[in-house]
Amino acid sequence: MGAATPIAYVRSRPAERRRPPVSARGPFAWLRQNLFSTPFNAVLTIVAMMALAWLVPPVIRFLLIDAVWVGADREACLAGPDGREVGACWPFVRERIFYFIYGSYPLGERWRVDLFFALFAFGAGWLLWLEAPRRTLGAAYFFVVLPIASFILLSGWPAVGLARVDTALWGGLLVTVVVAAVGIVLSLPLGIVLALGRRSKMPIVKFFSVAFIEFVRGVPLITVLFMASVMLPLFVPPAWSPDKLMRALVGVTVFSAAYMAEVVRAGLAAIPRGQFEAAQALGLSYGRMMRLIVLPQALRITIPNIVNSTVALFKDTTLVFFVGIFDFLRTIEVARADPKWATPVTSATGYAFAALFYFVCCWSMSLYARRLERRLSAGQGR
Amino acid sequence: MAAGTDRPRDRFYNNSKVRSIVWQAVLIICVVGVAWLLARTTAENLARARIASGFGFWNVTAGFDISQTLIEYSASASTFGRAFWVGLLNTLLVAVIGIVGATVLGFLIGIARLSNNWLVARLSTAYVELVRNLPLLLQLLFWYNAVLKTLPDIRDSLHLPLGGFLNNRGLFLPAPVGEGVGVLVWAMLAGIAGAIAVLMMWRRRPHQVRLALAPVALLLPPVAAWFLYGEPTAVEYPELGRFNIRGGIEVLPEFVALTTGLIVYTSAFVAEVVRAGLTAVPKGQVEAAASLGLRRGAALRLIVVPQAMRVIIPPLTNQYLNLTKNSSLAVAIGYPDLVQVFAGTVLNITGQAVEIVIITMGVYLVISLMTSMAMNLYDARLAMTERR
Repeated sequence: MGAATPIAYVRSRPAERRRPPVSARGPFAWLRQNLFSTPFNAVLTIVAMMALAWLVPPVIRFLLIDAVWVGADREACLAGPDGREVGACWPFVRERIFYFIYGSYPLGERWRVDLFFALFAFGAGWLLWLEAPRRTLGAAYFFVVLPIASFILLSGWPAVGLARVDTALWGGLLVTVVVAAVGIVLSLPLGIVLALGRRSKMPIVKFFSVAFIEFVRGVPLITVLFMASVMLPLFVPPAWSPDKLMRALVGVTVFSAAYMAEVVRAGLAAIPRGQFEAAQALGLSYGRMMRLIVLPQALRITIPNIVNSTVALFKDTTLVFFVGIFDFLRTIEVARADPKWATPVTSATGYAFAALFYFVCCWSMSLYARRLERRLSAGQGR
Repeated sequence: MAAGTDRPRDRFYNNSKVRSIVWQAVLIICVVGVAWLLARTTAENLARARIASGFGFWNVTAGFDISQTLIEYSASASTFGRAFWVGLLNTLLVAVIGIVGATVLGFLIGIARLSNNWLVARLSTAYVELVRNLPLLLQLLFWYNAVLKTLPDIRDSLHLPLGGFLNNRGLFLPAPVGEGVGVLVWAMLAGIAGAIAVLMMWRRRPHQVRLALAPVALLLPPVAAWFLYGEPTAVEYPELGRFNIRGGIEVLPEFVALTTGLIVYTSAFVAEVVRAGLTAVPKGQVEAAASLGLRRGAALRLIVVPQAMRVIIPPLTNQYLNLTKNSSLAVAIGYPDLVQVFAGTVLNITGQAVEIVIITMGVYLVISLMTSMAMNLYDARLAMTERR
């Protein structure tokens, strides 16, 4: 074979230039790639657009365009003689907004509720902002100072000039926040104890913890609340019988402690064995090992899940509805049945307002949890 | 030796075994003591309030009506015990229908979230976020009070396809009638059980055989029953009258609202479970399947789904349990489920709170424990197949 023999598989001249793809960038390319890449995708896109066109405009019309913004009573929110469609009846919400926030809390004492909200927001912010200074102090404030101060502030202490306010008068947002806050503040320590109990080597401690956790997780919250509201008064002498709100708080705490225990347990399980062994090798006692080595790490990686179960608890606070407590949702239920505002759109307006409130609260909490989770997993490489 | 006993770790109260026994003994004494105290106070309180105790009420005539009964029940002749079963069956009915609906909707939305169609993925994300962040109770009240109660009344009923009607008195559907219906229903249940058995149990047979046999097992009993019975069932359509609707099946508006609410709420959680399961399968698996020459459909069916199912099934069961427990919110809209009938009406009439709350909790507890036992068996079997 001489050098003259051409090698068949080597090109001797450049390939003919191909035409560039019709479009690889720009809005049309984006549309093609993301919405119409295959016939099936095109059909999906069209169906989705039809669903959007069917759903979104009526909702916007109801909430904004056709909505009634001013008025004194139901007359404003009834369809006029011209037969115009009426949307949301916002004057109803505006008139009742203080009821939704404070319930029947005495008018002159409502500054106490405002102060409670501020104290609570301050504590929650301190704990949730991870770069905040002196977070240990923040935890002490949130879990010890705040509950005591709030109790004195809200239910009153005549000795310091705060008139007593019966819990039957509490309502609306106040009760929702109180129930959720008490649930978290009490269930976290209880949950930690239960989680440690469940991982304990002592069989009887373990048995009681598992039995409690599985029992509570196996039944609906509503039965726990029923139990608290009808059985708690039977358990104690009549003189000590707790009021309705207290019973519901006990029920909610018991319920969320069991779920919190499982969340904390997952955090404990994520701590490498070496941490326990190193602590023991240093001669730390069980209590010190947990307090100084294990729990700080476990709780740190558990914060997103704790926030997530706070979201669940926050949604579950609506169930105190069933044991005669006027939480936020219940105040809306009561207000919407008021003949003064009885129109075909009152219910939908009330529910739209409640939905907005719950969605903003829950969604912002879950966004926070998700961001935190990403950050923690980025730092820890877990 | 005498010097040794002085060392702190040799003192008996520093011995970890002794400590553990002491701690546990203290715990037992505390728990038993508290339980005894509570029991004593409860007995005193009950005696003072003259509330009977024990389960004697079970056989007492109930005397109240229930709006939906799957088994025979009458206010004048049936007992509280019968009312319990009616409520339990109503709960189970909602749970079964809710589970089927939430599974179908949840899988669709979970898969749609991973779609490469931008709009579909965004829409399903919006659905999940919206539904998950609103309390179930609010959603149920919305469906019941703002949707079903504002539907037109009977005269202006919405006409559904296949001859059904929807109005503010509920949903009216065509009903199969004739003597064969009962047999046919049992045959269908047998078929479903048979298909599940073929899919789950018959592990020795290859995948394809099982997939081919499952529909046969599903359809054989009903078809056989149809022919053997020799009396094809007729369909009775609801008829629209001036003030009422005759014939067909009447579905309570409470039932419609409750199942809709539960399906919508749970489907968002199921969708998240499905999405997590599908994304948990490493990308390399799909690429490996592609490099083996499997088409996308085959890769999904043979490689991705079986691995994803392992991740999906435990949390999915958890969601099913949640749905069953959440069905107790029926109280809010007056659907006669276990909690509404038994822990509501029966408790109010008899006043025997302790017994009734314990029975109600027991029912849910039994359902939960049975499910988690099944789950443990499933996990154990998976662990075994992995080792092979």
